[in-house]
Amino acid sequence: MSLNNETIQQKLTEKFGDQLTDWGVPYGMLTFTGPKEENLKILQFLFDDETLKFRFLTDLQAVHYPDNKGAELAVVYHLHNLTDNIRLRFKVFTDIKTPDVYSATALYQSANFMERETFDFYGVNFVGHPNLIRVLNVDEMDYFPMRKEFPLEDQTRIDKDDEMFGRGGMQGFGTEKVAGDATIAEDQKTEQERQSEL
Amino acid sequence: MARPVQYNNTIKFEGIPEGYMGEGFMATSFEKVVGLARKNSIWPLPFATSCCGIEFMATMASHYDLARFGSERVGFSPRQCDLLMVMGTISKKMGPIVKQVYLQMAEPRWVMAVGACASSGGIFDTYSVLQGIDQVVPVDVYVPGCPPRPEAILDGFMKIQELVHNESLRRRHSDRYKDLLAGYGIQ
Amino acid sequence: MSEHNDHILLPEGSLEKQTTTLNLGPTHPATHGVFQNILELDGERIMKATSTVGYIHRAFEKIAERRPLYQITPLTDRLNYCSSPINNMGWHLTCEKLLGVTTPKRVDYMRIIIMELARISDHLICNSIVGVDSGAYSGFLYLMQFRELIYEIYEEICGSRLTTNIGRIGGFERNFTAVAWEKLDKFLDEKTGYPAQLREFEKLFTRNRIFMERTIGCGPISAERALNYGFTGPNLRAAGVDYDVRVHSPYSSYEDFDFTIPVGKTGDCYDRFLVRNEEMWQSLSIIKQAYAKVKEFKGAESEIYHADVPAYYLPEKKDVYTKMEALIYHFKIIMGEAEMPVGEVYNAVEGANGELGYYLISDGGRTPYRLHFRRPCFIYYQAYPELVQGGMLSDAVITMSSLNLIAGELDA
Repeated sequence: MSLNNETIQQKLTEKFGDQLTDWGVPYGMLTFTGPKEENLKILQFLFDDETLKFRFLTDLQAVHYPDNKGAELAVVYHLHNLTDNIRLRFKVFTDIKTPDVYSATALYQSANFMERETFDFYGVNFVGHPNLIRVLNVDEMDYFPMRKEFPLEDQTRIDKDDEMFGRGGMQGFGTEKVAGDATIAEDQKTEQERQSEL
Repeated sequence: MARPVQYNNTIKFEGIPEGYMGEGFMATSFEKVVGLARKNSIWPLPFATSCCGIEFMATMASHYDLARFGSERVGFSPRQCDLLMVMGTISKKMGPIVKQVYLQMAEPRWVMAVGACASSGGIFDTYSVLQGIDQVVPVDVYVPGCPPRPEAILDGFMKIQELVHNESLRRRHSDRYKDLLAGYGIQ
Repeated sequence: MSEHNDHILLPEGSLEKQTTTLNLGPTHPATHGVFQNILELDGERIMKATSTVGYIHRAFEKIAERRPLYQITPLTDRLNYCSSPINNMGWHLTCEKLLGVTTPKRVDYMRIIIMELARISDHLICNSIVGVDSGAYSGFLYLMQFRELIYEIYEEICGSRLTTNIGRIGGFERNFTAVAWEKLDKFLDEKTGYPAQLREFEKLFTRNRIFMERTIGCGPISAERALNYGFTGPNLRAAGVDYDVRVHSPYSSYEDFDFTIPVGKTGDCYDRFLVRNEEMWQSLSIIKQAYAKVKEFKGAESEIYHADVPAYYLPEKKDVYTKMEALIYHFKIIMGEAEMPVGEVYNAVEGANGELGYYLISDGGRTPYRLHFRRPCFIYYQAYPELVQGGMLSDAVITMSSLNLIAGELDA
C-alpha cells in the first residue's frame, strides 16, 4: 500500500484515536492537531514506524492566536519523509499562562536552535531542552517580541514623527485600534495582559 | 633669491600643496604634507556585517579596485587601522561591539557608515536594530544606498580622503572634538 | 590534514592540563558574517565550542506581519543576500501557491535562468572564500570578475545589483531585453566566459596538494548526523544524501530539465568544495538548456513574461492611465487591498544553502498573519561545535567558510 495522506491519517488514528483532531489538507499538506502532552509520543511514532518514516524535522515554530482563549500559542512542526517524499504538519496548542511543551531535542538535534528561537519570540517553555535561553535577541530582553500585543518599532525613539508614517498620530496616538494592524491597542488590553507585560 | 627649476621641468604636478619650490627641494607646511601622505594611504577596517559587505567585496575586487586609493592592505586589527568602515545592519546586540572596536582604534581615526542600515537603520525600523551607528560612535561620512554601488562606496572613500587631507593637526586635541567624544561617552 | 592520531594529550587531572578560552568574536577577519564562537583550546586543538548568534537580528518575521505581499519581497532579498533572486522567486512561488496562480512555461524557464545564475554566484563566493581562508587569494579575484557579469545581467532585468527585488507574482516586470541576452551569451561563452574561468579555478584548486591537505578530513559529518541536524543543500549532499528540492518537489518546471545532483562521501570541507563546484557546472548546463528552450518560443509567445492575473500583477503603466480596470487593480495592489484567501501554505525552494522554506498563514487581511522563514543556515549552524571539536583552530576557520554561513539568513 503506497503512502499517501489517507494512509497516514489512517495509521495515526489507529494508534492515537481521537486525540488527534482538526484533520485537513490545505494546499496538499496533511495537517492535524494533537494534545501537547502527547507531542513526543506522536513524533516518536512517526519516526519509528517503518511505513511512516518521518525522520526529518523541516521546521519548528509557533503562532500566536490571542483570540483563542486557553489555546493561544500553537507550536507547529513540519515533518518530511525523505524516501517517499511526503510532508506533514503537526500542531500542538498551549495556554499562554502555562506555555510548557515537551522538547523534541532528544529526537531531533535540529530542534535545539529552533526551540530556542520559538522561546525567544513567543515564550514557549520547552521542557527538557538542554539550554533554553534566547538565541536571536539580546539576553536582557524581558518580553517576547513576536506576540501580537507588542509593536514592531522601538518605542523609546523620540526622533521619529509617527504621524508622518500613518501610525499613531492622527489616528488616536496609538490608543485606538487601527483596522488591519495586528497590535492590540492600549485601551483594549485587559488588566491582566497589561500586568503580564510589566 | 632661489633659481627657478631648470632641469626636469617637463613633469606636471598634480595637487601639490602651495609652498616654496627650488631646485630639488620644496618647502611647505608640515600639516599639508602630513595630510597628503595620510590621505593616500588610509588603512580601512572593514566591519562588514551584511549585504553591504558583499558590495564591499566587489569594491575590493579587481573591477572597482579600492587598492588604487592606497588601501591595498585592509587590516582587521583596530590598532593598526585608520578608517572604520561599518557596512551593514548593526543590531542592538552588536552596538557595544562597534563601540569597543572604535575605542581600540588609535587617533587619528575616521568612521564611514556605508549603507542605509549603518547610517540610519535603513528599512529595518524594528525593536532590535540600532537606528544608525551614530547612536554609538561619531561618524564622518555617510554613504547612502541599499546597498550602495561600489562607485558610491568609492565616492564616500574619496570624501574621507578630502577630510583627511584638510584636517588640522591639532583637531584631535581641541575642545570641540573632546566635547564630541564626551557626547558619546568616550573619554 | 588534521592528524588526530599523533597528538600528545596530557592525562586527565594532570596539573599541566589547562584549556585556554579564545573568543573567535563577532568581528574577525575569517568569520564571514557576525558569529561568535567561544572556543576552549588545548594548545591548538579545540576541546569545546559554544556559538552565539543574533548579532544581526533584524526581526524579519515581525516586519512581515505589517506589510502586504509585494512589500515583503525586498525583505526576502536580504535573507541570503549572495543569491537574492532565489529568495525572491521562492517568495513569489509561495504567494502563487496561496493564490492559485499558474505561470506559463516561458516564465518558468526565465525564472530558472535567473535562479541558476544566482546559485552560481553564491557557490562562486563560497568556493573562492574557502580558497582565501586557506591562503589563496587569487582565485577570489579572478572569479569576482564574473560575479560582476552576473550583476550586469540582473541590472539589465530588474535594475539592481545585489538586493534584486526581482520579479512579480506571476512572472517578471519586463521581458528580457536583447542586451540581457547578449550579456548572458557573454557569460556562457566557452572560451572567454565563465566556463573557461571555472575550469582554470578548478585546475588551481581541486588537485592542489596544499589545498587538499588543508581541507580533506576537516570538519566531516556522517549522513545520519547530518539528517538529524536538519542539514539540507550542498552540505547534506557532501555527506552522501541526495536530497535536492528541485528534484524531490519540482517547482517552476524543473522537471523539464536534465541535470544530476552531485553527492559526496565524507561530508568534509573538500567534499563540500567539490559538490559546490560540480553544482556550478550543473547550473551552467541548466542555464544553457533553459536558454535554448526560451529561444524556441516564437512570435506572440515570445512576448509572454507574466501570468495573466490582473488581480495580483501590477498592470502596465500606459493601461493604468487609460483603462478603468487597470487603474482599480493598480490601486488595490499598491495599497495592499488585493483579495487574500484564508489558509496556510508551506513552500520550499532549493536555495544555495539548502531548503529555503516559507510558511505563510493568511487570515484574509491585507498582510500575512504569520510568515516564517525556514532558513537553512540557522538550522545547520547548530552542528558547528560538533564539526570543529577535536580539530585545530585553523580547521575551524576553514570549516566555517566551507559551510557557507550567510549572516543575513542565519539571524533573519
